[in-house]
Amino acid sequence: MIQSLGQNLVFGLLVGALYGLVALGLSLIFGVTKFLNVAHGELVMFGGYACFWAFTKLGVDPFLSIPISMLLLFVLGALLYWLVFSRTVKLPEESKIKNTLLVAFGLSVILQNIALRAFTADERGITTSYASTAFTVLGVRFPIMRLASLVVAVVFLVLLTLFLHKTYTGKAIRATAQNWEAASLMGIDIHKVYLLAFALGAALAGVAGILVTVNYSIQPAMGLGWTMKALIVMVLGGLGNIPGALLGGLILGVTESATSFFISSNYREVAGLVLFLLVLIFRPQGLFGAKES
Amino acid sequence: MLKLEKVDVFYKELQALWGVSLTVNAGEIVALVGPNGAGKTTTLRIISGLLKAASGEVEFMGQSLLKASPHHIVELGISQVPESGKIFTGMSVLENLELGAFVQRARKQKTESLQRVYEMFPRLAERKSQQAGTLSGGERQMLAIGRALMSAPKLLMLDEPSFGLAPILVENMFEMIARINQQGVTILLVEQNVQASLELAHRAYLLENGQIVGEGKGSELLSFESVRSAYLG
Repeated sequence: MIQSLGQNLVFGLLVGALYGLVALGLSLIFGVTKFLNVAHGELVMFGGYACFWAFTKLGVDPFLSIPISMLLLFVLGALLYWLVFSRTVKLPEESKIKNTLLVAFGLSVILQNIALRAFTADERGITTSYASTAFTVLGVRFPIMRLASLVVAVVFLVLLTLFLHKTYTGKAIRATAQNWEAASLMGIDIHKVYLLAFALGAALAGVAGILVTVNYSIQPAMGLGWTMKALIVMVLGGLGNIPGALLGGLILGVTESATSFFISSNYREVAGLVLFLLVLIFRPQGLFGAKES
Repeated sequence: MLKLEKVDVFYKELQALWGVSLTVNAGEIVALVGPNGAGKTTTLRIISGLLKAASGEVEFMGQSLLKASPHHIVELGISQVPESGKIFTGMSVLENLELGAFVQRARKQKTESLQRVYEMFPRLAERKSQQAGTLSGGERQMLAIGRALMSAPKLLMLDEPSFGLAPILVENMFEMIARINQQGVTILLVEQNVQASLELAHRAYLLENGQIVGEGKGSELLSFESVRSAYLG
C-alpha cells in the first residue's frame, strides 16, 4: 500500500513536470504580452510532429531533435505574432485578453486542420531503444522517459530564468511585462519584445511537444487537452509567474494521481478542473502569485 | 532645441490640445504649469511619442518627431520621468538603472552614468540590490529620475516630480533639478506646484483647457495677477 502510494506520488510528480513545461511557454507569453494564446496546445502538437518526422525519416533521436523543434516553432511563433497577434497590441489590456482568446481559438481550429491535411488523423508515437528502461529505488520505479521530462523541464526553467535575469534582453522583457509604457520610455522597442516573447513561448511549446511524443502519442486533435492542462497550471502558479508554472504543474500532476489512487481514475481530469475552480474562487492571483503592489 | 508648433491632439472625439506651440532652448529649464486636466501630461506624451498629434509639428534638434516611435525618440536624446515614477517595482534598483541605459548610445557610457547617478543620489547606491518596490516614495522618485538620467538625455522631461512628496523632500527635489540642469541637461518640467516651479524655471508656459494662455519668464508669470489669484491664493 505504502509502496504503491509512493509510486503514485512519483508518477504524479513526473507527469506534473511535463504539465509544467507545457505551461511555461504559455505563461511567458501571457505574462509579457497579455495574449491568451489558447492555440498553445496546437504549438505543442507541431513540436511533436517535428520530433516524430525527424525520428522516422532521418533517425534523429527525440532528445537531439529538441533544437530542431525549437527552431521551427520559434519561426512559427514569430510568424503567428507578425501575421495575427501584432494587430491586437494596441488594445487595452482587458479587450486584448478577450480578443486574443477569440483569435487564438480560431487559429487553433485552422492549425488543427492543417495538421489533419498534412499528417492525416493517425495517432503517432515514438519508441526508442531505451524507452522501457527504468530505475528502481526503494521499490519505486522511475521510468527513464518520464525522468527525462523532469530533467528537461527543470533545465529549460533554469535557462529561461537565467536569460530573463542575466541578459539585457531578458531584463527588457521583464520590464515590458511589468509596465510596457515605462519600458518604451526606456527606449525599449516593445514590439520586438512581444515578438521575441511570443516566439520563445512557442519554442518552449516545441520542447514540450517532444516530451509528449515520447511519453504519450500525438495526433492533430490533441491540442485542446494540452491547452486545458496548461491553463489550469498557469492559474495555479499565478499568471505569468515563470517558476510558478513548474510548481503548478507538479501540483496538478500529484493531484491527478492522488485522485486516481484514492478515488478512481475516472475522476482524474475532474480533479484538475475542481482545483482550477477552487483557486479561481479563493486565490485568483495563483498559489504563488503576489498581489500587484 | 525642442519646438512644438500648433499641435492638436484628440482622445477619440475629444480634443485635448488646441494649437499648442512652445519652444525649449538648449540649457534652459522650462516649466509647463496649469491646473489638473489642462493637458500637461498629454503634451509630454506627444513629445515622447506615446501619443500621436492629429496636426501640427514637433521638432527636436531639427528633426521631426511626428512619425518617430517612442524608443527612437529616447535614442535621439529625450528622456521622460513619467507621472509617479513608474519604476519597475519587481526589479532591483540596479536593474532599473541598467534599463535606463538600454539604448545603444547610452549603453556605451553606462558605467560613467551609473557613477554619476550614484553620486547624485547616494541613497540609490546603498540600496542598489534592493527590490525597487520596497523603496519609500521619495526614493522611488529619485530612482525614476536616476533611471531617466542613465539614458544620457539632452532633454529631460519631468512629470510632477514633487507629487506625493513631503514638503522637505519637495525642496530637495527642486534643488536636484537645478543641479541636473547645471550639468548641461535641458529641462522641461510639468508641475502643479506653481510657486516653486516658476521660481526655478527660466521660462514658463501656462496651460489651461488644452491651450497656452500665458508665457514668459518664470518670475514674470509669478507676478501675473491671474496666476496669483488662480494658483497662489
